[in-house]
Amino acid sequence: MSDEKRKLLAASPLFFTFFSVLTGLLVGALVLLISGYSPLKAYHVIIDGIFSRPSYIVYTVIYSTPLIMTGLSVAFAFRTGLFNIGAEGQFIMGALGAALAGAFLHLPPVLHAIVAALAGIAAAAVWGGIAGFLKARFGVNEVIATIMLNWTALYLNNFIVTLPSIKRTATNATAFILDSARIEILPLWKVSEAGRTWRAMHPFWHDIFRTPFNAGILVALFLAFFCWWILNRTTLGYELRAVGHNADCSEHTGINVKARMISSMAIAGGLAGAAGALHVLGWTRQAAELAAMEGLGFDGIAVALIGGTSPIGCIPAGLLFGALKYGGSKLQFALRAPIEVVNIVIGSIIFFVAMPKLLRIIRRWLEPKKRQGGDSHAA
Amino acid sequence: MPERKKNAAELAVEMKQITKRFGNFVANDSIDFDVRRGEVHALLGENGAGKSTLMNQLYGLYLPSSGEIFINGKKVRITGPKIAIARGIGMVHQHFMLVQPFTVAENIVLGCESVRAFGILDTARAFREVEDLSRRYGLAVDPGARIQDISVAMQQRVEILKCLYRGAEILILDEPTAVLTPQEIDFLAEILQNLTAEGKTVIIITHKLREIKKMAHRCTVIRRGVKIGTVDVASRSESELAEMMVGRAVSFDVEKTPARVQEPVLLLTDIYALNNRGLPALKGISLVVKRGEILALAGIDGNGQSELVEVLTGLRPVESGSIRFRNTEITDFPSGKRIDMGLAAIPEDRQKRGLIGPFTIAENLILEERSLPPFSRSGILDLQAISRHAKTLIDRFDIRPPREQYIASSLSGGNQQKVILAREITRDPELLIASQPTRGLDVGAIEYVRKRLVQVRDAGKAVLLISLDLDETLALADRIAVIYEGRIVAVLDREETDERTLGLLMAGGGAVHV
Repeated sequence: MSDEKRKLLAASPLFFTFFSVLTGLLVGALVLLISGYSPLKAYHVIIDGIFSRPSYIVYTVIYSTPLIMTGLSVAFAFRTGLFNIGAEGQFIMGALGAALAGAFLHLPPVLHAIVAALAGIAAAAVWGGIAGFLKARFGVNEVIATIMLNWTALYLNNFIVTLPSIKRTATNATAFILDSARIEILPLWKVSEAGRTWRAMHPFWHDIFRTPFNAGILVALFLAFFCWWILNRTTLGYELRAVGHNADCSEHTGINVKARMISSMAIAGGLAGAAGALHVLGWTRQAAELAAMEGLGFDGIAVALIGGTSPIGCIPAGLLFGALKYGGSKLQFALRAPIEVVNIVIGSIIFFVAMPKLLRIIRRWLEPKKRQGGDSHAA
Repeated sequence: MPERKKNAAELAVEMKQITKRFGNFVANDSIDFDVRRGEVHALLGENGAGKSTLMNQLYGLYLPSSGEIFINGKKVRITGPKIAIARGIGMVHQHFMLVQPFTVAENIVLGCESVRAFGILDTARAFREVEDLSRRYGLAVDPGARIQDISVAMQQRVEILKCLYRGAEILILDEPTAVLTPQEIDFLAEILQNLTAEGKTVIIITHKLREIKKMAHRCTVIRRGVKIGTVDVASRSESELAEMMVGRAVSFDVEKTPARVQEPVLLLTDIYALNNRGLPALKGISLVVKRGEILALAGIDGNGQSELVEVLTGLRPVESGSIRFRNTEITDFPSGKRIDMGLAAIPEDRQKRGLIGPFTIAENLILEERSLPPFSRSGILDLQAISRHAKTLIDRFDIRPPREQYIASSLSGGNQQKVILAREITRDPELLIASQPTRGLDVGAIEYVRKRLVQVRDAGKAVLLISLDLDETLALADRIAVIYEGRIVAVLDREETDERTLGLLMAGGGAVHV
């Protein structure tokens, strides 16, 4: 019985991911040790930095929100046989679209936020769709196309952001989005006189309201479910998966493979765009000139991998990634440890997750009884 | 029947009490198997009987759960193909393991290339060695041709040469005749004779009785992982061997009533089309397929059959000519539209075009009807309807295991074919194009597929059968069109022709028009 349970456990991808995360943390500990920091102390700092105050937990969620969505973007494309390296550029387009719509349109609250988010999503969907179109029409590999489009997005963003009519004076960023487009929870009330008095009486909420806590995470959770639903419950998703698994057979059975490639990349783009848009609407309130890529899109690749490229898996994966990033950043202050150490920990986790061979080794190690059974028969 | 070697007493291979388990499944159960040096030994059994599993253990791809293996009387432990090759064992798999864009010579020397200084390939030497080998064993190949450009039979020769180049003394051929024409099969028999004459030992894995009679000296029969026996091929008839294999008497004849031919459903006029390399593949094909008949397209592989099927299904554009289906010009229709009009196709390559491997049986069964009710309403799938549909078809077509959530790629070849067949036939198509529908299937499954095709015909639908197997063509067809180098060289009534005439026409021996 316990043997059976063990086998089931070994076969479950969840267990495997968990195991990889653990191994990654161990390797990270080793790195810390070699660099002359106490791993125990370091992990204590990280865990404290994530859980010890309500605002820390909220910050972890805020950090994770865009990662979940860029993770979804990569995972969705992956499920349909495409590798979307372009989440970064699509994120930028989403942020830019939302920032412009948020700053220059005049609409009632809520509606304005929705319109601004949709504007960002649409811009990013077009951006992803371009890569899909290039692949479908001219056979340009989507990896190359999306890498190029990342840079195009970066410079297009910098160009638009610094246009005189758009730029906020004395900055290299767009005008702030209007309050009607913000999705932060009660952003005005919490700094008002009444809000301050109320917060003084409620220390727990006071702490939470110190953060730019926003509705982005709800959208991220909804989108994860939405992706799962599209892929598994709709004809579109069925076709997308069919194309991803076997384009030849899909073509043979009358699926328009090229059109599906474009729609898949557009959806993936839209998801990364949602990450960018909500990041702006919920937190930064502007699209800024970028000296380099921010990396939230690239991190999405790692999130998708840790999440087993399943939409639902991207939620815990994004939270883990966000937690490590946020908690890890505190190592710098507490131990004067460089941020790179945290990156190594994250890197080793991905490394172990992406090693399918390790999975087999672990499985064999977990099933010694079966092999022995076979051998004893031989004797 | 080749003559038996007189000095065959010595054993090249001896496998004793081999048992192989996969989890709780016993693929081989205490099998004793021996092969004499210099003989052609056939390993006979239905698909899934455990033939390939047994040979994969000899080739080191699996380790036996228990049992011993002796090569030339010496006990060995073969832990991988490298060890097997070092022991003089070579294997040609059913699905060839060749690098498509590489040349024949490059493929043959791959892995043990002779290099000059600085790691530069000695191409000239590779060519020479390959030519020597091919002369010695009568295996004609063009060392400079690319794999993607040569026929399947040619690729098979390359695989055999690859083994010989690595010094194989014992050759295992997995289903070697599955993809060959009658002439090519005869040629393979000759090759095997040359090989044994040179002292090589050959094991062929097969379920085709005729080839066993033609090629093998002895034959070991396996059924459901258990050895039934080893017999001298000469001493048994084909039907006796079949009974050993299947465990019951089998009939090879398809019961067929005379065709009730009605009006034409498909009209091809002067079709020209190019192949993947941009060369003319179809050079003016005109053909009529009528309701209520099975029209078989006979021909040697690579004479334009694949291209013709692709032109019909809308996957390949025509250069000129017209396709009329159900009185509509469909030449420029995309494949989806043709499918909706009642055109169904069983593709020649199950894994590539027939199924989505990682999809479940249920999902595979609705491939063409994915967006139609009851399976999909306003773009949302009705999983219950899909599941019900699958259960019905699994039952009706006897697909095993009978679980609609089973992943298609884990099914046996025969059951995969049943899934495709079920999907295509249930749509009640006006024209069913069946490309090599029984390729690689076992006797039981072949019987079944053929019966189903005849049923489609009897229901007043048209069937276009593309088969490389002349037996099948003759068993099923009402009319036979012979294709040679992209042209229809003859259209004959089944009653007016025989294997020899067809074989001659297929090889380009004159265009007799009837």
